[in-house]
Formats: sequence, structure tokens, C-alpha cells
Amino acid sequence: MLALKTRFNYLFTSTKGLILVAIALCALISAFFGSLSGPMADLGVKDVIVKTFGIDLVESEREGRLIILYHTIAMAVIAIETYMITDLVAMKENQRVQINSTITFGYLAAIIGGLPFAYWGTSWIMHGIYIAGLTLIFFAGCLLAYALWPWRSEYKVKNTAYAHSKSGYDLERVAFFSVSIVTLASALFGAIPGSFYGNGFFTFLAENVVREPIKTTLQKSIIGHLHIMLALIAIACALIICRYMDFKGILHKIAMPLFIIGSIVLSMGTWLVVPFEGIAHTVIYGGSTIAMLGALLLVIYSWDKLIKTGLEEKELKKGNFFQGLAALVRDPIKFGVTWQMVFMNFTVSFIGIFVAVKLEEIFRNWPFMDEKLILTGHWHILATLTATILLLYYADLAGLKGKARQWFGWSIIIFSDLAFGAVTVYEMKRLFVEEAYQQPVVNITNLLGDIGLVVVLLALAALMVWRLIDLFKKNGRWSQEVHEKLKSYVEEK
Amino acid sequence: MKKLTLLLISFIFTLTACKPVDINAPAPVYDTGIEPNTWALIPMGEFFSGQFNFETTIDYDYEMMITHVTNQQFVEYLNEAMKDGYIKIEENKVIGYYPGDEFHDGRHEEEIPAGNYIHIPLDDPMLRLDYDGQIFTAQPTWANHPMTMVSWFGAKAYCEYYDWRLPTELEWEKAARGSEDTRPYPWGETIARNNANLITSRDPFEDMNSFGSRTTPVGFYNGKTYDGYVTLDSPSPYGIYDMAGNVWEWTSNVYEEQHYRYLRGGSKDVYENYLRIWIRNSSIPTYISPSFGFRCVK
Repeated sequence: MLALKTRFNYLFTSTKGLILVAIALCALISAFFGSLSGPMADLGVKDVIVKTFGIDLVESEREGRLIILYHTIAMAVIAIETYMITDLVAMKENQRVQINSTITFGYLAAIIGGLPFAYWGTSWIMHGIYIAGLTLIFFAGCLLAYALWPWRSEYKVKNTAYAHSKSGYDLERVAFFSVSIVTLASALFGAIPGSFYGNGFFTFLAENVVREPIKTTLQKSIIGHLHIMLALIAIACALIICRYMDFKGILHKIAMPLFIIGSIVLSMGTWLVVPFEGIAHTVIYGGSTIAMLGALLLVIYSWDKLIKTGLEEKELKKGNFFQGLAALVRDPIKFGVTWQMVFMNFTVSFIGIFVAVKLEEIFRNWPFMDEKLILTGHWHILATLTATILLLYYADLAGLKGKARQWFGWSIIIFSDLAFGAVTVYEMKRLFVEEAYQQPVVNITNLLGDIGLVVVLLALAALMVWRLIDLFKKNGRWSQEVHEKLKSYVEEK
Repeated sequence: MKKLTLLLISFIFTLTACKPVDINAPAPVYDTGIEPNTWALIPMGEFFSGQFNFETTIDYDYEMMITHVTNQQFVEYLNEAMKDGYIKIEENKVIGYYPGDEFHDGRHEEEIPAGNYIHIPLDDPMLRLDYDGQIFTAQPTWANHPMTMVSWFGAKAYCEYYDWRLPTELEWEKAARGSEDTRPYPWGETIARNNANLITSRDPFEDMNSFGSRTTPVGFYNGKTYDGYVTLDSPSPYGIYDMAGNVWEWTSNVYEEQHYRYLRGGSKDVYENYLRIWIRNSSIPTYISPSFGFRCVK
């Protein structure tokens, strides 16, 4: 009984344990429900799963099912980011406990209520639990925003190498705070119109309404909501990596205002989609460019730091290009967290800019189904690359070392990039291959995509199994991690 | 790690060394027993439209072709219409006059003024018709397959030449769903791979390792067995075939503030969720595709 209690305490009270549980649930949900589509459906796995588990797939409810599935996974990811933030950013211990416990109940309720509602018959009790879960998460967000309030003297920076105001207030904390505030507002931006206009009965995927010439308020809100939520999850992830890489110095001082202004402007742009759709896109481009500049500075700082540290380890004062490159990539985990941000630009940002510039040639000319491939492809890639960054960070927190660290890190980087590179080629294929001749391109890109995703999932499964086995050991890693803080990994500010 | 990288690179090279697509690869010829020159009566009345089952009424009877327009039917039209001067050939394209749409300057709307527009391209190898300078003929293998590579203008002109018309989206939906229930597929609640020509149908016309999915003869999914490939009889409640899969079907609606035209029914290249009755595809009216076809109503 004591053994169970100590492990329960680890999993549901310590930061690392909470992150582990949320990652494991994300992995299980992705693996299980992933078997209902794509190649797994084609191979007949879907039919077996549906029959074995008595899943009720009503055709007209497909969009609603997907929306709930996306939300449950997103809530777990938001919980992971929250656990990281409450441990990385200074706050009172009781605040940390309140936020973590509220969000844990919230995302578990969202999963426990949402998935049965979506896949096992529309029980309204389950729907109630799901909504209660989302509400708790929102409440946890309010608590987080309050705890992150930056204008308290005890949170002034002690080390002036970090971005700060004239009076010493911590600008990184302001960035976390502003992201939490705009995230809360953006959540309402989806929830209120969704409840008021749709009331859950008229579910649609945003990518299916893009060609409606006159969009309803609900349609505009939902399109804005999904874009801003994903973007803010990515910005929060970048801020977490700022802490992980101990971002500081002049670049930090430039980057933090960019993150603050970028996230606010970007959010306002998406909110403006409803009343002023015409100018909203310009505001969104402006905000996202500013935020991306902040991320670029983080990448420059991180890579410079990794090269310098790597060369120092080899007792070299200055290395040539290849020595520098070797130093940069010697640790796939630390390199990977920022490399994935760079790769994100090739598969998401540049594609978005390209299709926006070539709007008349692409979206105005292509059939809707080809346009839809780009729309769904780019946000799946953004979401999953963000998840790989958090996963790489967790692998470091979990204590992966030596060859396992190399294998895990490089597997995630190479195979996720392979998969998403292939998906990008697939979604843009109409640029270079006609419909009649596309099959080899479809086959190759699908195969590479599947290989990439399978290897990433296997690497994730291996990490989870390793941690599961560890839980059965009396003095496993978990017994030390139960009291460990993420803060201990970075310098005191 | 080095070994793995080498292995990966050689694997990618192997994959990319695939043969080019032979779009004229041989295809079997089957008589489905379904007569393309047959019409089904759709009686006036209520039905459930869209994903959320809105009660909708069509207050007139109409008839719809029970199959897509075939290549054979289209060449007969081309030969007659060319003689009449209804259409003409310019720059290797069959073209025809369209009086234009009213332009409302909607967001992203493109103007479609009066003028001649492409109906079919004559130099595209995916066109399953031949033209010797005088007469159009359907390639024998493809004669009873849906006419594809035809623009919205071409499909509309075909129907109107015979005093018929393209169906509206609602007419199409009623014909696919019937008036009794809210079924997602024309034949019922669920879909199997041998209900329709879709990307996973594994029909005798496809080879996913080279040219991919191809059209099946009209009315192919009628319960018959073709060289061991068993089909399920899958007409709509009014006895109309291929209302899901095979080729997307042009519909007639011209909506205010947009230049797109809408297509229904899914095609040989998509997964089953796109074959649901309420799913819409859209395209500019001049778009030519091997997966776009049509049928008419009167």
C-alpha cells in the first residue's frame, strides 16, 4: 500500500511525475485513436479496434469526434506546459500546487468525459464531465495568470543579464504572463461563440468552411480560435525552451519584448477576424513575424552557446566550421529543441507565406480538396513539431544519458523531420505533378511519412516503457525525481 | 549511427527510383449491364439535406441520369454539337460560349465575363477520346467509363445541348439520399470497400504501385462479380448508381460573391469520409481533372 502511495505521490504531485502521466496519456490516445484512420484503417486494424472496443462511429458525427479528440490531446499538452511553467517560473508553492491540481483534474476530466462521449455513444453525462474538465483548465489558467503577475518586487531580476524593465521587473515573466492572459481570452473566443451560436450541435472543421464567401460569426471565431490557440501553445513552448536553454544577455533583452508584443498583436489579430476580417490578416502577419523574430534570437543564442560549450569541452578556443558543427549537434536533445523550431519554418511558416504570396495561382485555382490538404497538413505539422520539442525537453528531464540519449534524440529529430518533410511535399504536390501522374509521389511521401511517424511513436513508446519499468523499482529514478525541481536545471535569475 | 544513415539514404534512393506512370496501361473491359441512357424519377417532396439533416422540400418532380455521362455519350454529343456550331475547336481545346456571371466583387471572387471557355483539352493524354480532325471517337476500353477531363462549362453545355441541365446541389442530394432517412451513403449507413470506387476499393482498374486509382465503368457497383472482384449493389434509393465515388460530379449552382463551382459525391482518389452525401468539393469552372465528371437532370 505504501509502495502504491509513494508512486501515486510521484505521479500526481511532483512536476516530473505529472508531466510523465500527461505524456503517457497523449501517447496512448494518439496510438489508440490513430488506428482508426490512415494506413491502419486501410490495413483493417480500424475494423478490429471498432469491433473489439464497441466503438460507435456515427458518420455524421465524425467532425464532432475529431474536435473532441483534438481538444483532449491539446488539453494534456497545455497541462504539460503548465506544469513546466509553474516549476520554471518563480511563484509561491501553494499557488503551484493549486494550479497543478486544478489543471490535472481538468484535463483528466476532459479525457474521461470527452472520449467516451465522442466514441462510445453520446452520453450527456460524459459531455458534462468533459465541459467541467475544460472549465477547470480555464480556471487553472486564471490561477496561473494571477501567480505569474510580474509586478511584484519579490520577482524582480537579481541578475541583470536577463531582460528587465528599468525598475527591474522580469520581462520573461511578463512574457509568460501576457501569453497566459491572451491564451485565456483566446479560449473564450472559441468557447463563447461555440456555445452561443452552435451549442455543440453544428460541428464543423475550420478547413471545411474556408471557401464560404460570407462566413458566419461562429465560423470566423472558430477559425480564429484554432489558429491562435496553436500559435500560443507554440509561443509558450518557445518561452519554456528559453528557460531550459537559460536564455540571457543582449539577445534575451531584445527577444522578450518581441515575444510579449508578438503574442499580444497576434492574438488581437485573430480576435479581429470577426469584426474586421479585412485588416485582421495584416495584424496577424505582423504579430507572428514579431514573435518569430523572438524565436529566431533564441535559436541564435542557443546554437552559439552549444557551439561554445562543445568547443570548450574539447579544449578548443576557436574551431573551424566542421568542429563548430560537431559541437552544435553533439547533444541531439539540446540541439533538437531549437532545430525543430527552425524546421517548423520550412514546413509551416514558409509554406504559409508562399501560398499567401501565390494566392491567385494556388488557392484560387486548385480544387478545394487540394487546398484542404495544405490547411490540415500545416497545422498538424505545427502541433506535432511543438510536441516533439516538449518531448525532447522531457527526455532531458527524465535523465536520458549516453547512447540512449543519442538514439532517442536523433530518432525524434530525423524521423519527425522526415515525416513532416514528406507530408509537406505531399500537400504541395500539385505545384509540380499533375493529378494523373501523382501516384508515385503519393506513395513515396506517404511511406516516408508513415515510417517517420512510426519511428517517433516507437521512440516515445520506448521512453514510456523505460519509465514504466522504473516505477516498479523500489529506488528507481522516480524516487529521486519526486522532490526534484525543473528550476534546478537553470541558473538563478 | 553511420550505418543507419547510409541505410536510410539508400532506402530513399530505392524509393525514388520508381518507374514513371503509364497512364495508358491496359485496363479490363466489363459490361456492367447498366444502361447509361436511363433516367430515374425523383418525386417532389421533403428530404433531409446536409450533415445536420435540415428538413428541405423540392416542390417539383425531376429526372436524373442513373449513371455518369460516359465517354461514348460525350463523343456522340461532340460530333453533333460540332456540326451544329454549338462548340468549336481552338488551340487544341474544345470551347464554347458562356454568357458570364454577375460580378459582385466578393472577397476572393474572380470575374467570369461573357466569352468562350474551355470544355475539354484535346492534347491531354488523360482524355479518353480521340479526334482525327473530323470525328471524335471514344477509346474502346474507356467507352463506358465516366467522361472526365471536362470543365464545368463543358458539362453544362452537354446537358443544355439536349435541353437538360446540371443538377443543383439540393437536387443532387435528394437523388443520392432519398426522402426516407438520414443515411450518409446512397445505399445506407455504412460503407465497405466494394460499395464504390474509392481510394481503398482495390478494384480491377487500380494499381496503387504505379498509376493509382482509375475510373470504373458506370454502374460497376451493382452486385455483379467481375473476374473475382465482388461488388455490392449500391444504388441510391431511386436506383441511381455511382452517387458516391468514381468521379466528383459538377453541380449547377452559381453562388453570389464567388466564382467556384461545387462538386458532389467523392471520387476514386479519396477516402470514405469524402463519399458522405453532404460533402462538397469546389473548383474554378475551367478546372480539368481525371476525377471530375457529371450527370444531367431534366
